[in-house]
Amino acid sequence: MNQTEPIPPFSRAPAPQPLTFYGETVASRLLLGTALYPSPHVMSEAVKASGAGVVTVSLRREQARGRTGQRFLDFIRALSVRLLPNTAGCRTAREAVTTAEMARELLDTDWIKLEVIANDDTLQPDVFGLAEAAEELVKRGFKVFPYMTEDLSLADRLIAAGCRVLMPWGSPIGTGRGLANPHALKTLRAYHPDVPIVIDAGIGAPSHAAQALEMGCDAVLLNTAVARAQDPVRMAAAFAAAIEAGRSAYEAGLIQPSDRAQPSTPVAGTPFFDLDPQGPGSKPL
Amino acid sequence: MANARPRTTERLREITVNGRATRTAAQTLADLVVEQELGEGRVATAVNGDFVAERARAGAVLHDGDSVEILSVRQGG
Repeated sequence: MNQTEPIPPFSRAPAPQPLTFYGETVASRLLLGTALYPSPHVMSEAVKASGAGVVTVSLRREQARGRTGQRFLDFIRALSVRLLPNTAGCRTAREAVTTAEMARELLDTDWIKLEVIANDDTLQPDVFGLAEAAEELVKRGFKVFPYMTEDLSLADRLIAAGCRVLMPWGSPIGTGRGLANPHALKTLRAYHPDVPIVIDAGIGAPSHAAQALEMGCDAVLLNTAVARAQDPVRMAAAFAAAIEAGRSAYEAGLIQPSDRAQPSTPVAGTPFFDLDPQGPGSKPL
Repeated sequence: MANARPRTTERLREITVNGRATRTAAQTLADLVVEQELGEGRVATAVNGDFVAERARAGAVLHDGDSVEILSVRQGG
C-alpha cells in the first residue's frame, strides 16, 4: 500500500449551482405530482413537506355546471408553487399539442410536461410522437419538459428541436422500480452535461432518488411513491432529505469503486508486521 | 311540437361534448360554454381536436357532428 498517494484535488468536485429550467431558478430538486393522495389536505401537506417548488397538474374534462377544476386550481395556487401542466393520456402528437395549448391558456404558463404515451400497459413514451410534438410546441413558443425514454438519440433529437430539459423515465410510471438503466442515464449525463436531467417516473424509494442525484441527474419528479405511501407527508420529507443528500454527495465528489480492497487504517507502523503468521517463527495462541 | 322548439329559429345541433352526445341550441362555442354554465376563464376548449382560444370562441360556429372538448385543471403526475 502506497501511503504517499496524493489526496485528490478538490477541484474535481463541481461547484454547487442552483437548478434552472429555461432560465428560471427552482428552489428544490424535487418536483412533485398532485395525483393519487388520500385527500387534498394530505396532498397539500406533502407538497409543503417536500419543499417542492414545482408541482405537476393535468387537464381533464369538466362537467356541465362543474366547478371541480376551479376549486382545485384555487387550492393548488394557495400553495404558491410553480405549476407544470402535463399532457398525460395523450396518444398522438396532435392531442398533446392541443392539450398543451389548452393548458397554456388555463394556467398562463408556457411550461409543458410533454407526454405522448405509446402503450397502455407500459405507459412508455411514444418517442416518435414525442419528437414530433416537441418540435411543434417549441415553434409555438412552449418550453418543453419531455417525458422520454433514456435513449441518447432521442435526447439529441429533442435538444435539436429546442428542448432544454430532459425527463427520462427511471422505470415505467407507477412501478416504483427505481433506475432500470443507470448506464444509459450516465451516458445522457455525459453527452449533455449542460441540459438539466430530471428523472421522471419509476422512483419508488428515497434511495432511488439519492442514486439519481449521486450520478449527476439534476432533479427527480415524484408522485406515486409519495402519494401512495402509508404516510405521504413523512415520505415527502424523506425524499427531500435523500435528494439533498444525493446532490451533496455528487457535488462533494464520490470515490470510484475499486475491485481491490484498500485498508483505510494506515499500514505504516502496523505492529507485529514482521511476524509472518505462516512462518517458522509464528506460534499458536 | 311548436312549444318544444327553442326560442331561436335555429334547429338544435347534434354534437359531442366531452365524449357525450349532446343536442344544443348553441350556435357558437361561446354559446355552448354559457349553455353548459362553464364561465369564462375556467375552462379551455377544443373543437374536433383543434384548440380554440377563449377569445375565438364567439367566432367558432358549431356544426352537426362536431366534437367539443371542455377541460379544466386537475390533479396530475
